[in-house]
Amino acid sequence: MIKLDAKIPQGRLKEKWTNYKENQALVSPANKRKLDIIVVGTGLAGASAAATLAELGFNVKVFCYQDSPRRAHSVAAQGGINAAKNYQNDGDSVWRLYYDTIKGGDYRSREANVYRLAEVSSNIIDQAVAQGVPFAREYGGLLANRSFGGVLVSRTFYARGQTGQQLLLGAYQALMRQVNLGKIKLYPRTEMMNIVIIDGRARGIITRNLITGEIQRHFGHAVVLATGGYGNVYYLSTNAMGSNVSAAWKAHKKGAAFANPAFVQIHPTAIPQHGEYQSKLTLMSESLRNDGRVWVPKKVEDAKAIREGRKRPEDIPDEDRDFYLERMYPAYGNLVPRDVAARAAKKVCDEGRGIENNPTHEGVFLDFKYAIERLGRKVIEERYGNLFEMYEKITGDNPYETPMKIYPAVHYTMGGLWVDYELMSTIPGLFVIGEANFSDHGANRLGASALMQGLADGYFILPYTIQNYLADQITVKPIELSHPEFEKAEKEVRDHIKHLMSINGKYSVDHFHRQLGRIMWNKVGIVRNAQGLKEAIDEIRALREEFWKNVRVPGTADGINVELEKANRVADFFELAELMAIDALHREESCGGHFREEYQTEEGEPLRRDDLFMYVAAWEYKGDGQKHEWELNKEPLVYEETPIKVRNYKVAK
Amino acid sequence: MANKTINIKLRVWRQNGPHDKGHFEEYELNNVPTAASFLEMMDLLNEKLISEGKEPVAFDHDCREGICGACSMYINGRAHGPATGVTTCQLHMRLFKDGETITVEPWRAKAFPVIKDLMVDRSALDEIIKAGGYISVNTGGAPDANTIPIPKDVASRAFDAANCIGCGACVATCKNSSAMLFVAAKVSHLALLPQGQVEAKERVKKMIAKMDELGFGSCTNTGACEVECPKGISIAFIAKLNREYLNANLMP
Ligand SMILES: Cc1cc2nc3c(=O)[nH]c(=O)nc-3n(C[C@H](O)[C@H](O)[C@H](O)COP(=O)(O)OP(=O)(O)OC[C@H]3O[C@@H](n4cnc5c(N)ncnc54)[C@H](O)[C@@H]3O)c2cc1C
Ligand code: SF4
Ligand code: FES
Repeated sequence: MIKLDAKIPQGRLKEKWTNYKENQALVSPANKRKLDIIVVGTGLAGASAAATLAELGFNVKVFCYQDSPRRAHSVAAQGGINAAKNYQNDGDSVWRLYYDTIKGGDYRSREANVYRLAEVSSNIIDQAVAQGVPFAREYGGLLANRSFGGVLVSRTFYARGQTGQQLLLGAYQALMRQVNLGKIKLYPRTEMMNIVIIDGRARGIITRNLITGEIQRHFGHAVVLATGGYGNVYYLSTNAMGSNVSAAWKAHKKGAAFANPAFVQIHPTAIPQHGEYQSKLTLMSESLRNDGRVWVPKKVEDAKAIREGRKRPEDIPDEDRDFYLERMYPAYGNLVPRDVAARAAKKVCDEGRGIENNPTHEGVFLDFKYAIERLGRKVIEERYGNLFEMYEKITGDNPYETPMKIYPAVHYTMGGLWVDYELMSTIPGLFVIGEANFSDHGANRLGASALMQGLADGYFILPYTIQNYLADQITVKPIELSHPEFEKAEKEVRDHIKHLMSINGKYSVDHFHRQLGRIMWNKVGIVRNAQGLKEAIDEIRALREEFWKNVRVPGTADGINVELEKANRVADFFELAELMAIDALHREESCGGHFREEYQTEEGEPLRRDDLFMYVAAWEYKGDGQKHEWELNKEPLVYEETPIKVRNYKVAK
Repeated sequence: MANKTINIKLRVWRQNGPHDKGHFEEYELNNVPTAASFLEMMDLLNEKLISEGKEPVAFDHDCREGICGACSMYINGRAHGPATGVTTCQLHMRLFKDGETITVEPWRAKAFPVIKDLMVDRSALDEIIKAGGYISVNTGGAPDANTIPIPKDVASRAFDAANCIGCGACVATCKNSSAMLFVAAKVSHLALLPQGQVEAKERVKKMIAKMDELGFGSCTNTGACEVECPKGISIAFIAKLNREYLNANLMP
């Protein structure tokens, strides 16, 4: 058993962060120069942390697998970033943002962390504007906001549909400025392969240069992981192709607890899969549901005819269309939250009424005909012109004339490495920020809150809390890279690579990854049940065994080898997948993105079981590398100041 | 909608490293779904090569939705291929004909050495940003974001410039291999905003000096970059860059 001490500071919620900062240890400027920090990842979390730590005077080494830090996956975020500025005078406040986040997460996140997130949210916007981030503005020249994700206030800041890109460029530029000043050393096209633990503390990493294949050792007084989420365990997701769990997973196997792995967010509006060869899913903005009506044919035959191209959607008269969200959720209709919309889409497709001509028939219509009739084509063009164009480029269909096709897709992972209030994992000296930690979103994340969390962690929280750890490390001299623990960690990496290269089996890495994805999607996806999860565990184990016998990694390990990179990542996904299924099986309740069929109300709504499951499930690795086993540790969630409610979208609140 | 497929021939540039001479290799690929993206077609090719025991083609990519700027193929003589306003990853096979021969090359520019096959080293673009493509503010202490109102159209123009994804298509397209459009985009983005004006003169001088040092060619106003830029960055920003540069040198 590990001791899970969340280290929540004393005081009322609104006093905790202030109390913490007033009482924490700091490192003097002269001593900062003596301390080395490793940051893995250059997304919003990593880039903002690295830049800020370097500004403070620490020596920072930064790693990413892309050729440039500016290309990290955060660049793809579209919709926006939340902050409790209350610029619209519509009653927003730190408390309200905090409360929406806790409630949206279905009471499975930690009160004190989430409150702090809401508190620092305003500073993020100030910082970004000072860096030159061109947020949308009103005619008067002040910042514009929109409402996002079904909340009652307009608190989302945005830069057209490219908010992530603009925020990341701000953080990237701050980072490059520190590279120029010599405070940051940058290692692009470099993948972290292992973590080095010395006397119980994180002291370094082992990396592989993706161009030369060279394996290198790096020392740090502390290590920060900002390596993003693990949605790609499903093979198809909205994540970038290279997004992976490996860095976090290597740390997990060396002692960092992994929290709530089963909590995955599935976004309801992505373009459906069109074929076996497909490599990723493209998100369509959620805002489309404001004016589009979601439907499938009432009759199974009609759905079949559409799939086979014998009928067009326009041929189905209104009375034969099932506007199922409006039917099932009259109060919210097409605007129900992400998880509710996703489950409903799966339900109608499971009934045989899916409309896409793909192997699983998964797809539903999102129809703008009615909005065009009501508002005119011009209004719709103004609102969604760009999105329609993008859709047409990808699918070849024109949404002004024929309904869009959409289907849910894996989008975000709430689970991740367990961290305490200081964002430190259960390995002393190993900090985890951004999507890689389990932190603030509980069982479900609100739209526009991931960017906020990544930047809060990187700009405003970690640079404080890491000092509390480093304050007594100032006398620690950089450890020689020839230390036996570096030696050992490097050997593990070399052995792992050698093993993968030596199998020389029949099938490509993608072949296995696709099958793993299918198991996960079908059995650890939108809807789960005990039997399916047990099957999933067996199937994952069997497939993993087959992978280690029959995968083929061509070429050599001493140069560019994309297949080897993929094999390294997929090997870790296989182990994570098993833990996800175990976690989903153990959590006998429905909450947020985790829906267990056995636990629903008579009306089919999720049944949360606060008496039994109001805790963070932090899994500790107990395997020996061959056989994987985990032990469950629970961090009880205590809501001292927050009223606890149950979500209900059948009726208007 | 029936799933259509086409058969194609590919001429793909293969090069083992920066010092290898490189050559074209020809492949036939059948039953390519027209709904597939260009990179998914390349995946199919690679899967085929692997199954034949051959080395897959190396290329850069990550987001596959036109925003990270990683993908970079020169297709049938055009950066990012025959469609305008898209990156390679957003190009779809329905734009190609059954039986067509498609030629795929890397970006070619002195400042972008080939690493392998279609993968090139674009770190020179990072070097230019590093030289001064930022506003020098540290974290913390920023004034309230609404302290300085910025006219909507100014913010919008700044965004138009900030939209650059750093793909390097402009350089690859330019017969001089000039990086002027890339530099113009960043200089304009920051110089248009009041926050960025404080160090505008320093910035433009440093970035231009770095660009020259890194072996990019000079701009002769052919306008080719604008045509191939997937984000529609306008060459009007090059005019702005020239004004900023002149200004900085006249009144240092
Ligand atoms: C299509 C899409 C749209 C989204 N829209 C929004 C939105 O509108 N609002 C919102 O709030 N959120 C949105 N999100 C979620 C949000 O974008 C992400 O959660 C967030 O950007 C994650 O940031 P990060 O810094 O934690 O990680 P990432 O941006 O994923 O960065 C990970 C970094 O780690 C590096 N890395 C990973 N593994 C290794 C390794 N082994 N070795 C070395 N380096 C490694 C990578 O190179 C990269 O630099 C969206 C997500 C998607 C997919
Ligand atoms: S200016 Fe256009 S072509 Fe050049 S790097 Fe930027 S986005 Fe690419
Ligand atoms: S892969 Fe990101 S822009 Fe093409």
